Amino acid sequence: MLTFILKRIGSGLVLIFIVTAITFFLTFGVGIPVAQNILGPSASADAIANLEAQLGIDRPIMEQYFSWLIGVFHGDLGISYFTREPVVNALITRLPVTMSIVLLSCLITLAISVVLGVASAARGGWLDKALQGIATFSYVFPAIILGIVLVYVFAIALRWVPAIGFVPISKSVSGWFASVVLPAVVLSIGGIASLAAQLRGSMIDELNSEYVRSLRARGVSEISILLKHTLRNAASPALTTFSLAFISMFGASLFVEKIFALPGFGTYGYTATIQGDLPAMLGVSLFSVGLVVVVNLAVDLANGWLNPKVRVR
Amino acid sequence: MSVPELPGGLTGNEPEQASPKHRAGALSRLLHNPLGLISLIVLVILILLALFTPLLTHHSPIYASLNHVNAPVGTPDWPLGGDQYGRDIWSRVLTSIQVSLISAVIGASVGIVVGAVFGLIAGYVGRHTDAIASWVFNLLMTFPALVLVMLLYPVMGSTYQGMMLIFGLFLAPGIFRLVRNLVQAVRNELYVDAARVSGLSNWRILSRHVLYVVRGPIVISGVFLASSAIGVQAGLAFLGFGSTQTPSFGSMTNDAFANIYTAPLQIVWPALFLALLNASLILLGNAYRDALAAPQSKARKPAVPDEQAETETVATPANKTQGGLLSVRNLRVSYPMPDGGRKLVVSGLSLDVSAGEIVGLVGESGSGKTQTAFSILGLLPKEAQISADCLSLAGDPLIGKGAGLMRKLRQGVMSYVPQEPMANLDPAFTIGSQLKESLRKTVSRREAHYMIVSLLERVGIPDPEAMMKQYPHQISGGMAQRVLIAAAVMSRPKLLIADEPTTALDVTLQAEILDLLRELQGELGMGVLLVTHNFGVVADLCDRVVVMKEGELIEEGPVREIFHHPAMDYTKELVSAILDEETVRPDPPAVVSSSRQEGFW
Repeated sequence: MLTFILKRIGSGLVLIFIVTAITFFLTFGVGIPVAQNILGPSASADAIANLEAQLGIDRPIMEQYFSWLIGVFHGDLGISYFTREPVVNALITRLPVTMSIVLLSCLITLAISVVLGVASAARGGWLDKALQGIATFSYVFPAIILGIVLVYVFAIALRWVPAIGFVPISKSVSGWFASVVLPAVVLSIGGIASLAAQLRGSMIDELNSEYVRSLRARGVSEISILLKHTLRNAASPALTTFSLAFISMFGASLFVEKIFALPGFGTYGYTATIQGDLPAMLGVSLFSVGLVVVVNLAVDLANGWLNPKVRVR
Repeated sequence: MSVPELPGGLTGNEPEQASPKHRAGALSRLLHNPLGLISLIVLVILILLALFTPLLTHHSPIYASLNHVNAPVGTPDWPLGGDQYGRDIWSRVLTSIQVSLISAVIGASVGIVVGAVFGLIAGYVGRHTDAIASWVFNLLMTFPALVLVMLLYPVMGSTYQGMMLIFGLFLAPGIFRLVRNLVQAVRNELYVDAARVSGLSNWRILSRHVLYVVRGPIVISGVFLASSAIGVQAGLAFLGFGSTQTPSFGSMTNDAFANIYTAPLQIVWPALFLALLNASLILLGNAYRDALAAPQSKARKPAVPDEQAETETVATPANKTQGGLLSVRNLRVSYPMPDGGRKLVVSGLSLDVSAGEIVGLVGESGSGKTQTAFSILGLLPKEAQISADCLSLAGDPLIGKGAGLMRKLRQGVMSYVPQEPMANLDPAFTIGSQLKESLRKTVSRREAHYMIVSLLERVGIPDPEAMMKQYPHQISGGMAQRVLIAAAVMSRPKLLIADEPTTALDVTLQAEILDLLRELQGELGMGVLLVTHNFGVVADLCDRVVVMKEGELIEEGPVREIFHHPAMDYTKELVSAILDEETVRPDPPAVVSSSRQEGFW
């Protein structure tokens, strides 16, 4: 199990390395005139050269890359070209926002998917239809449309929750919840659509398996078969779907943050990209992949806990 | 919402095989499905709107007229009114449809082409190429796609088309897996048929075959890919990516959202047309999938029997009891067929098992013997319909009994030993925990532990304490079968139904397991119904034998009699089959029972 975890951490680091390197070299290759962008179109060549030297972007590409890489190992992601704020600080203030909505939507997705997936595997009928309905709905109404409808109904018309802004959980738990629940709901729809369907499918496969018949032959109750035996065995493939759903939800959070004017990764990444603020872009890239790697690791651990074949090896 | 899971049944593990006739039928079925037809019409209309935009509007989508700021719907020449800058909303909707369709085409075609090409190569070449390609595509799947699409915006010329090119790459893994798995399946078949095929190269057969099989699933998943490309493009434009010169649903939504307090209606137009476009795509995809799947299989059915005796039972008036332990008269089991009729798998079977008697139920596979066994246990699938003049256990009629009462019976008086021991243990729980759960919960934990240990000892497991901590994948098939036998006799049942208990085991183990069954039967005085296709096993163990063929009883009697003077040709065949196998042993060797332990009994 330990070597398994170390292996996964290792491949996670490789993933982080590849993605940030892609971001760095491709963006660098475009040659965005950063200093010109900062100083404006009328800036003199001297002033531009000065600023470039000051920002260190006149150095050769490999030198810049390795100085960034070395900085990463010291927990230093560089300084934004535009705001002059250390990228780490900027990202750390935004992390709780993005994490709040993504983690809450993970919880909603898991809870509803398990209930819907299990119930529709066991009972079928209208529950199957409801599942298909959710899936179609999630495709027909992209996150931005759904988000705006929810803002309009619950924040503008009904005034149940604030339309915009983020309240840290340390300040007020209910305020925090009100500020993130709508975006989390928006994100969950797509997650539920894929996870519940997957769970239903693998539950049905498990319920048709021989060991379930053997359990029934020994008089084990249907509730125990459903919730203890088949759910546990069906959870393994569902977890893989969940980690993919997480990646999708994280991606969609970039859009959804903007609807609710939440100061998360989405708006920061957008500004950085439009300005060509390479350190900030790399920071977003690193944090995002890092988050995915952490979640995948958690999923692997959960899988090991659920699945003795992985654990015992 | 970025990287869609392929719709159910399209994961590549269960390719939809489609014959030519069947496929032609699929298209007409699609057109006869009202939802499919409507979706197709809506989609065609939207495409026509995008193609003929210049004919349908007089304004450029970015022309701002101060006289038309927030103009209401129905203003002459501004059919959907004006936005907060006085731009024509109708014209902007038309351009947005264009942008969405172009995004869909770029995203989906990149995904399909990249996925299909590499899937073909990986599946065909196999080995290292396959391993590397699979690794790369799995890695691609774990990329946070949208973040990369966003960050690489300047790299791709700062256009939405460029973003969709990159996004298309992230759509490729699903198609890759689909095609790769199909190619592997086809290739394996080709090896078998290779000798028969002449003239055509493997590669040509493969591409013909595979492209043929894969067309349907690719069309369907392509539709879903297109829809997610549209959603992602809209989201990115909403964030602000893309040229201000080219309106799209995302930027329209953004404008309308900023204006929502002044003119809430303006949000409706981009939302409506975006939803129409997506809905027509998705519903068309669903309808096409249904049309392809229609004649063969229905969707996977839920599999839990209801508490209220799900299996349809027809209680015939004469459900009266007979003497003996198990009594079956005129048992009939049938299943529904696709054409609406019913297929009879057991027709009019009668048999008896007395207490302490071992009865062999013999027949080749498909003769209905396992169906008979499950009828008695009440474990038939819910589609099955069962009727009998009498089906009773120890004088207690079983037909029409509620699921709860049947469960009580299975906990106590009757039990079951399956054919495939490894498949019949839950892989996620230890042996000990599975056995404890089957024990009726009237004893303390320590007592339960002690009982199970002595029981495992009794069935010949060398180190019961260690065995209880093992998971099924850690033990051998022989040990697993001993565990299942232990579970079956735990409640000291009156009737044990064993379905081919030795078929899946190594020959050397078969005799040991049969001996174990014989001993336990003697100790407990159980009646045993032994289902088998092997007359050798019958000769070894049984007192009487019932021979079945195609759902009907054809012969029954004491083993010795049937063995030496089989009346039916079919029985003769079955009997002579064992002479080749030499399964009749001269004398049963004493195996496990030598060290009889005091314990469970």
